[in-house]
Amino acid sequence: MEKMKVLIGMASCGIAAGASKVYDKIYALKESEKLDFELVKTGCIGMCFREPLVEIIEDGNSFLYGEIDEKKAVEIFEKHIKLSEPIKEYVVKTDLFETKDDTFWKGQVKIALRNCGVIDPESISDYETQNGYNAIKKILNENISQETVIQSIIDSGLRGRGGGGFSTGMKWKFAFNNKSDEKYIICNADEGDPGAFMDRSVLEGDPHAVLEGMTIAAYAIGGTEGVIYCRAEYPLAIIRLNIALAQAREKGYLGKNIYGKQGFNFDIHVKEGAGAFVCGEETALMASIEGERGMPRRRPPFPAASGLWKKPTNINNVETFANVPSIILNGANSYNIYGTEKSKGTKVFALTGKINRGGLVEVPMGITINDVIFKLGGGIQDNKKFKAVQLGGPSGGCIPEHLTDTIVDYDSVTATGAIMGSGGMVVMDETTCMVDMARFFLDFTQKESCGKCTFCRIGTKRMLEILTRITEGEGREGDIEMLEELSVQIKDNSLCGLGQTAPNPVLTTIKYFRNEYEAHIHSKKCPAHGCKKLLTYTVVEDKCTGCTVCAKNCPVNAITGERKQKHLINQETCIKCGVCFNKCKFEAIKLS
Amino acid sequence: MNIEQKIIFSEQTLALVSKIVSHYPEGKQKSALLPVLHIAQAEFGGWLSVPVMDYVASILNILPIEVYEVATFYSMYNTKPVGNCVIEVCRTGPCWLCGAEEIIMHLENKLKIKAGETTSDGKFTIKLVECLADCGNAPVIQVGWDYHGNMTKEKIDELITDFDKNNKVSHKNPYEI
Ligand SMILES: Cc1cc2nc3c(=O)[nH]c(=O)nc-3n(C[C@H](O)[C@H](O)[C@H](O)COP(=O)(O)O)c2cc1C
Ligand code: SF4
Ligand code: SF4
Repeated sequence: MEKMKVLIGMASCGIAAGASKVYDKIYALKESEKLDFELVKTGCIGMCFREPLVEIIEDGNSFLYGEIDEKKAVEIFEKHIKLSEPIKEYVVKTDLFETKDDTFWKGQVKIALRNCGVIDPESISDYETQNGYNAIKKILNENISQETVIQSIIDSGLRGRGGGGFSTGMKWKFAFNNKSDEKYIICNADEGDPGAFMDRSVLEGDPHAVLEGMTIAAYAIGGTEGVIYCRAEYPLAIIRLNIALAQAREKGYLGKNIYGKQGFNFDIHVKEGAGAFVCGEETALMASIEGERGMPRRRPPFPAASGLWKKPTNINNVETFANVPSIILNGANSYNIYGTEKSKGTKVFALTGKINRGGLVEVPMGITINDVIFKLGGGIQDNKKFKAVQLGGPSGGCIPEHLTDTIVDYDSVTATGAIMGSGGMVVMDETTCMVDMARFFLDFTQKESCGKCTFCRIGTKRMLEILTRITEGEGREGDIEMLEELSVQIKDNSLCGLGQTAPNPVLTTIKYFRNEYEAHIHSKKCPAHGCKKLLTYTVVEDKCTGCTVCAKNCPVNAITGERKQKHLINQETCIKCGVCFNKCKFEAIKLS
Repeated sequence: MNIEQKIIFSEQTLALVSKIVSHYPEGKQKSALLPVLHIAQAEFGGWLSVPVMDYVASILNILPIEVYEVATFYSMYNTKPVGNCVIEVCRTGPCWLCGAEEIIMHLENKLKIKAGETTSDGKFTIKLVECLADCGNAPVIQVGWDYHGNMTKEKIDELITDFDKNNKVSHKNPYEI
């Protein structure tokens, strides 16, 4: 009989939710009671909404426990670990009986995330037991040619997961065709899109998959050195990458004459960013590696011809690389059986915002947005009404309710005015003001613009001023048209993707929610009750019991009134924080 | 930073810097600038003063202006003094939808400073940052290397009390693994 295995989800998300305490508790109990079971730290399995997570595997049966704190950990230890008696009510996933979260898994296909939450990311042997490094071994053992490897990637239909969606195999082919003694392989781990955490999850949960993917790319194009450019905001990812790199070097998967193949030399190091969204753009990223400001430059020349230190360079996203070993090992067909005609395989999405099940899902291309949000994502929090979903972060756009039968594939999403982007899905409900939302994303791009192009630098600022004005009730006739005009100019006159896509959130909200813009401008009203400056909080006299709760909680002391007397809000002082509205038990605060 | 503190890396740190420089081709030592600035910031009190930047320029054999240019471009480098414990609050879309504004306001009220400012005792700084990529647990804050998710006012109170008691210092050399 195999030893019982206890896995604790210890990616950043799990730790943020309190997984370290749970781990420490179970570890201490294990030590003090001298029990023999395997205790493993693993990555994120995607159920961020149920973290901290503890999985127990015994006799081939798995029980995943959710929302575990120290107290529940003790119970699980006493009952399940010691006596093999599962505690049914805490289980969120098992094959043995139904749970209320089962629909989260229906329709998911895990390729890029195949090992996340399953293996110990700090153990190379764990990765090896899941076929890890077998893809590169297969290439080297069977002497598969560089051209064949590239062809497999082309045939798989894999497109870049960093947002652009360019054919990965074709990109490799360009880099292969450019002759040079030195070629670089870069992994773009600068994941900066608001609401995206797919790459973090892969790096923290399965770093070796990225290293193997990069090594295969190096073999295919003749790469001599690799760099992983990772956001410095991801300390755990960086630590785990460095652990994985040391292990891979020790085992001969990186370094000189890899796996005994004479002349195949390739090593990788991690380079940290320093907080600049624009560094995710490939030419800015390379400038940043070179120790410069992260400012994009004109293409061509493309990196495949002249990239890092002017050498041919192939740059791919984390998720792109994570798919590669599986494609090589299982064949292009294993990947391209999923998806639509032009968008093959699976895509990881990060579900965030007003959704019930915030977390990570990997689904075949072609599934509808509706299914992702309502079936897997479990619908909207607090039974509110769904309004729209933002795809592609600040470069993307919103997809309104009537278009949620759109399927996820590059072309279908683009047709709505949004973009597939890197995989963030920010869900908004009826209480989200779409003008304010557009303002929010534009505020982001405006701050993150590198400043090189006038239209991107100043145009976004003008747009932001107009949007701010509208949300504050100072909108003017002609503002919508002015926003549209500026959008066109910024799109046409910006050098890189940041500026070229910055107006998208504004354009799509104007397209689908023009009435909201008009209500702000003409009637000075925010239909979603989202814009603070347009709200007033007042006390409903016949409901107020004089309980004083509102007055006590108001951060700016805007509420006056004696106990058991009607209270009054001073509109001059009120900062419209809504605290009184939420605190009042008698619904005596009215919002209008 | 203690004014008296000499701006000079320890032997150990200098060895680390040489190792980082060795990752790059001959003559491309400027490529080590970002990592070395991270290290300098951690070692000299959480921010980059002009003398510190000049020192970095001297050890990488580049012009001071090349360092200023980079230090002022990236948001993680602080070019003004910060508190011992920098509380980074995610202000991006998903956290905003889930109540980040209230968290920010509560922190501001509690520490009696505005976002971007430092308390007069030099203990805390509130810094607003972009997506920390833990949106499943929004609203989220980051303190040093630690993420804290599902923030509520009560949790903020607990954390601040804890940091205050332990004189928490959030900056840490990222290459000291
Ligand atoms: C402003 C901007 C930010 C970007 N950020 C990222 C990023 O964080 N991660 C990423 O992989 N690609 C990002 N990209 C896309 C990259 O430029 C590049 O296309 C990608 O890394 C290529 O890899 P892929 O083909 O595997 O997608 C960004 C592009 C732009 C214009
Ligand atoms: S479009 Fe914006 S971010 Fe891109 S290069 Fe121009 S100014 Fe910089
Ligand atoms: S909305 Fe906020 S500031 Fe205004 S009265 Fe209510 S609690 Fe006070």
